[in-house]
Amino acid sequence: MTAMITPVTETPQVREAGATARALRATRRRRAVRALTATTGLTAVVIGLFVLTMMVGSFRLTAQEVVTSVLHLADNPSVDFVVRGLRLPTALSALTVGLALGSSGTVFQQLLRNPLASPDFVGITAGASLAAVTGIVLFQVGGLAVCLLALGGAIAAALLMYVLAWRDGVSGYRFILIGIGVAVFFEGITGYMLTRAELFEARQAMHWLTGSVGQASDAELKLLSAALVVLLPLAVLLSRRLRVLELGDDSARALGARVERTRALLLGTAVLLVALAVAVAGPIVFVALVAGPIANRLLGPATGGIAAAALVGAALLLSADLIAVHLLPTPLPTGVVTGAVGAPYLLWLLATTNRQGAGG
Amino acid sequence: MRSATVRARRALALGPGLAVLCVILALVAFLSVTLGSRDIGLPEVLRALAGLGGGTAIEDTVTLELRVPRTLLGILVGAALGVAGAILQGVTRNPLADTGIMGVNSGAAACVVLAITVLGVRGVSVYIWFAFAGAILATLLVYAIASLGREGATPVKLALAGAAVTAGMGSLTTGIVMTNVDALNELRFWQVGSLAGRYAPILTGVAPFLIAGLIASLACGRALNGLALGEDVARGLGQRVGLTRAAAFALVAVLAGAATAACGPIVFVGLIVPHLARFICGPDYRWILPYAMLLSPIILLLADVVGRVVAAPGELQVGVVLGVLGAPVFVGIVRYGRLSEA
Repeated sequence: MTAMITPVTETPQVREAGATARALRATRRRRAVRALTATTGLTAVVIGLFVLTMMVGSFRLTAQEVVTSVLHLADNPSVDFVVRGLRLPTALSALTVGLALGSSGTVFQQLLRNPLASPDFVGITAGASLAAVTGIVLFQVGGLAVCLLALGGAIAAALLMYVLAWRDGVSGYRFILIGIGVAVFFEGITGYMLTRAELFEARQAMHWLTGSVGQASDAELKLLSAALVVLLPLAVLLSRRLRVLELGDDSARALGARVERTRALLLGTAVLLVALAVAVAGPIVFVALVAGPIANRLLGPATGGIAAAALVGAALLLSADLIAVHLLPTPLPTGVVTGAVGAPYLLWLLATTNRQGAGG
Repeated sequence: MRSATVRARRALALGPGLAVLCVILALVAFLSVTLGSRDIGLPEVLRALAGLGGGTAIEDTVTLELRVPRTLLGILVGAALGVAGAILQGVTRNPLADTGIMGVNSGAAACVVLAITVLGVRGVSVYIWFAFAGAILATLLVYAIASLGREGATPVKLALAGAAVTAGMGSLTTGIVMTNVDALNELRFWQVGSLAGRYAPILTGVAPFLIAGLIASLACGRALNGLALGEDVARGLGQRVGLTRAAAFALVAVLAGAATAACGPIVFVGLIVPHLARFICGPDYRWILPYAMLLSPIILLLADVVGRVVAAPGELQVGVVLGVLGAPVFVGIVRYGRLSEA
C-alpha cells in the first residue's frame, strides 16, 4: 500500500516542516523517556521503602519473608503476625496517605498556578484541624470520631471556599485569597481552643495536629485505599485534559477545554484525596507542598506528572516514618519528621537545579 | 502625557487618604489608651497623659506604664508586619508570601524553644532576643539558598525555599515540644501572638530596629514596582535586581524579626493587609507601602482593643480576634471588590 502513495516533491518549505516535526518528535520522545525513567525509578524506591519499613524493628525480618507473607505465598504464623498484624497497617497507611497527599498537593499547585498553594495553606487542612481539635477539646472524643470530624471539616472548608470564590467562575487568584482568609479564620479559632484547653487535652490536640501514620484503624485504611484506586487514575485523566489550563483560562477556553467543569471535577478529586489523608493520619504538613516541586525537578522537562508527585509523597512519608520510629531515641509522630526529611532535600534541589519556573 | 494626569489624579485621591488614615490611627490609639479591663475615667487618663499626676497612683501607673507602651508597641509592630508582608509579596511576586511562610516565625519559634530547653532560659524579655536572632537567621538562610544556582533568587525559588525552611524549623520545634511538656506550655502562649504583657522594656528594646526599618522601607517602593514588572523589564530599566532583592530581604528580616520577637507570630496583618492596601491604591508600591504601614496598626490596635473589651476582665489574644473578626471581612472584600493581581 505504502508504495502506491506518490512521493511529495521536496520543496524547501516541506523540508523545513519535516525538520521541525522531527525535532518536535525527538523532544517529545526525550520527554517521554525521562518521564518513564523517573516514574519507574520512583516506583522502585517506594516499593523498596515499603518492604524495608516492614523488615526493621525489634524483630528483624528478611525482605523475602516480608514479601511472601504480604502476598500470602507461605504460611509462617509468627512472621505473619508481625508483618500482617503489626507492621503492614502502618506501612500501608504511610504509603496510601503519601500517595494521596502528593497527588492532591500537585493538583492544587497546578490548578491555582502557585507553587505555595498546597492544601495546607489554602484552608482545607485548617478546616480539618478545627473540626478535629473541637472534637478533642470540647467533646473529648477520640479514634474514629476524630477521623470523621476531620473529613467533614476538610470537605466543608473546601465547599465554603468554592462557594465564596465563585463569581462567574473561579479564578485562581481569588480562590487563593479566599483560601488564606478561611485558613486564618479557622486557625484563629483553633488557637483559641488550644489556649483555653487543659494541658492534657492541649497536648492530645497538638499530637493530632502534628499528624502520624501509626494511628490509622483498619476501617480508615480500607476506605482510603479504595478511594485511592478510584481517585488517583481519575485525577491523572482529568489533568491530562487540563494541560491546556497552564496557558491561562482564556487560551484554554479558546482551545475548547470545558474549563470550569473539568477544573471543578479535578479540584473535587484533590479535595477528597487530601481530606481522606488528613482524616486518616492528621494534618501531616509539607508532604503535599514539596511532592510536586520535587517530582518536577526529577521529571525535568516533562513537568506536572501527578503519578510521579504521588510517588514522591509516598517515598517521603515512608522514609519519614522509618526515621521517626526507628532512628530517633524516642518514637515521634511522623508529621514531626516529614519537614526534617523533605526540607533539606528540596533545598538541595533548589540550590542545584538551574531551571526556571519548575515550581508548579 | 495621559499617564501623567492619571498619576496626578491618583495622587490627589490617595494623598488625602493617607491623612485620613493618620487621623483614624490617632483615634484608635486614643481608644487603646482609654479602654481596658480596668475602668479608668477619661479625665484621669488625660491627666495621667499630661503628666500632672492628679489621679491616684494606680491609675497613673496603668495608663503610663501599661497602656501607653502597649499602644506604641502595637503601632510599631503592626506597621512593621504590614510593610514586611507587602515587601515579601512584592519580591516573591506571590500573594501567599508572608512572614509565616517565609521562615521568619518558624525561625523565631525554633530559637525560642531551643533557648527554653537547651539553655534553660525563662521570661518573655529574654525570649525576644532569641526570637529576633532566630528570625533573622531563618530569613537569611532562605535568601542564601534561593540565590544559589545560575539564575539567582527567582520568585519561585524564594517562595519554595521559604516554605522548606519553615517546614524544617517547624519540625524541629514540634519535635522538641512533643517531648518536653514545659516547652509546650511556654510556647503555646507565645505562639498565638499577643500584645498583652509586652511593656516598656520590650518596647525600648525593639523600637530602634522597627523605626529604622520602617523609614528605610519607604524608599523601596520604586524598586518593588520595577520587580513587579518582571526581572527582565526591571533589569532593562536599569535596576540591579539581585541587589534590590537582597536589600528587601534584609529589611524584612529586621522588621518582621523584631515584630515577631516582641509579640509572637501574628499572622493576619502581614498576609492580608498588603492585599487590602492593593485594593485601595492599585499596584503602585510607592502607595501600597505607606498604606500598609498605616492600615496594619489600625487593624492590629482595633483587634487588641476588641479583645480587651469583649473578654473583660480577661482578654482575647489579638491573633484570635484578627482571625475571627478580620478574616470574614477580608473574605467579603475579596469576594465583592475588584481584583488587581499582585
